Amino acid sequence: MMASDTTALPFVDRRNTARRAHLVLGALLVLVSLASLAVGASGTSLWGALMKLAQGQPLTLTERVVLWDIRAPRLVMGICVGSALAVSGAVMQGLFRNPLADPGILGVTSGASLGAVSIIVLGAALPAAVQSTLGAGLLPVAAFLGAWGSMLLLYRVSTRAGRTSVATMLLAGIALGALFAAFSGILIFLADDMQLRELTFWSLGSLAGASWLKLTIAAPVILVSLVLACSLGRGLNGLALGEAAAHHMGIPVERTKTLAILAVSAATGTAVAISGGIGFIGIVVPHLLRLATGPDHRGLLINAGLLGASLLLAADMVARVVVAPAELPIGILTALLGSPVFLWILLRKRGLVDM
Amino acid sequence: MRPVIKRRTLMQALATTAVACALPLTAVAETYDTSRVVAIGGATTEIVYALGEADRLVARDSTSAYPAEALDLPDIGYMRALAAEGVLSVEPTLILTEPGAGPPETIAVLQAASVPMVVVPAPYSAEGILAKITAIGDALGVPDKAQVLADDVRAALDDVAAQVGGDEAAPKRVLFVLSTQGGRIMASGTNTAADGIIALAGGINAIDQFEGYRQLTAEAISVAAPDVVLMMDREGDHSATPEALFAMPEMATTPAAQSGALVRMDGLLLLGFGPRTPQAAQALHDVLQEQS
Repeated sequence: MMASDTTALPFVDRRNTARRAHLVLGALLVLVSLASLAVGASGTSLWGALMKLAQGQPLTLTERVVLWDIRAPRLVMGICVGSALAVSGAVMQGLFRNPLADPGILGVTSGASLGAVSIIVLGAALPAAVQSTLGAGLLPVAAFLGAWGSMLLLYRVSTRAGRTSVATMLLAGIALGALFAAFSGILIFLADDMQLRELTFWSLGSLAGASWLKLTIAAPVILVSLVLACSLGRGLNGLALGEAAAHHMGIPVERTKTLAILAVSAATGTAVAISGGIGFIGIVVPHLLRLATGPDHRGLLINAGLLGASLLLAADMVARVVVAPAELPIGILTALLGSPVFLWILLRKRGLVDM
Repeated sequence: MRPVIKRRTLMQALATTAVACALPLTAVAETYDTSRVVAIGGATTEIVYALGEADRLVARDSTSAYPAEALDLPDIGYMRALAAEGVLSVEPTLILTEPGAGPPETIAVLQAASVPMVVVPAPYSAEGILAKITAIGDALGVPDKAQVLADDVRAALDDVAAQVGGDEAAPKRVLFVLSTQGGRIMASGTNTAADGIIALAGGINAIDQFEGYRQLTAEAISVAAPDVVLMMDREGDHSATPEALFAMPEMATTPAAQSGALVRMDGLLLLGFGPRTPQAAQALHDVLQEQS
């Protein structure tokens, strides 16, 4: 046993693998992004449009709308949401030292759902002034408030005398999640069948609602929280050994926990608010990467962001092409595409799954 | 005499304004390019077919399942969850939709792409069907055909209404059951298509305490005391035979169970509120009368 000697911990040896993975996954994301701009239900061709622009010809209205108002914001939103979910998942699993942890476990997703459900069911009862100012932004704003409200509540519940108990937070998160789900249940009971279908579609997630307006609000929040989350790698590595050990390593334990929770709730809350409930990415992407490149959070967090974004973009491309001109909810596809791969790797590398 | 002149000018101005206001009501509001039309909503599609304008259709939504030819058109998905690029990919020049098409982001993109969109009114009443037909006829630029169809439908509806007026038996209390999945009975309250068709057929909706479709408690069903249970006829749905339905304890005490009165009709016909609604109302009226 060489547990006392930190320099000999096995993850240190894999830093080069993680660095190579940065390059590979970065290149993958660029490729997927280009494909995402080129693929769609309509015959609009990215290449054709670029050629036209290069020759100084004006684009047709359809070309401009499809490329600039539909595909481009979807691309940016896919990157934001995919990386937010994957990085949040990795941070949660590190923080709770639990391979099953994902942002949903903190009740953030249930809080966001409650916000969304409230607007879908009760939105028509809001004062006309509120409805007309926020318009299509009403639902995301409510979902965001729901996510943040639940996060603040959870933080208050599990923090005593400046110390946040991770175990309390895990259990309280589940309790709060159940409570919010119950409130949503009441609203679902009140909903009519059209609203119910809308809810079902919302909970399966979609990038179809992407617009530049949404992104100007959501993208900066996600970006800042992701940068914050990715800077926590060393702290999370320390926490993997236990809070006491981390403290002796000189890691500011309370600050790391607070920042991690803050970053995750901001990123997930915003992602869920703009895209609905997209499951799976937060659990599977980090695990895939741990299997491939080891558990060192310093490289893992960035890789998770890159792979999460690529996976979501790939799923979105399939979502909008496979039943065109209709569209599949993306939550179905992330699970459908990712789960078999995950199972396959699990079976091949049996025994490696050790947090 | 300045004041007099002034008054006359005023009167003239008023008259002109009145004419100007009246004009848009009589003339077709706007003319659209109707070469490539997307129809959203079962009744909308049905009306386009009934008007003989189906060759203009390039796509339909997932609720448009009648007539059978409509199923050959590309399906742009559920009307509340439309994909902007999917809709644009069929290159529509006009979208005919019932209220509630969305999400708002998609609608905003379609507006940015300047695809005109006509929202067709859809209340669950006789007048609602006629308004739908007129609106679609106007949008497609065939108001005369629409007038003919609307007259036919109105005549058929009036015919059913006259029969209902002449009914001697007391009106039947009808319970519309949407589903009985897992032993839970989802029934229709007021302000639904089911409520509308029951009224047109001269029945009384046995449930008037809530709007929309809800799960009923066992006791509410005994209190509602339906004479007839109405259900949709789904293929392969064996759960809703009279034996199975009336064996449910909450159903067993109702008058409908005693006489075994279960009526099953095609869902789109029954609830579509399109040109076939007089047929549906007539059929439902006939079975309700047979029950007496």
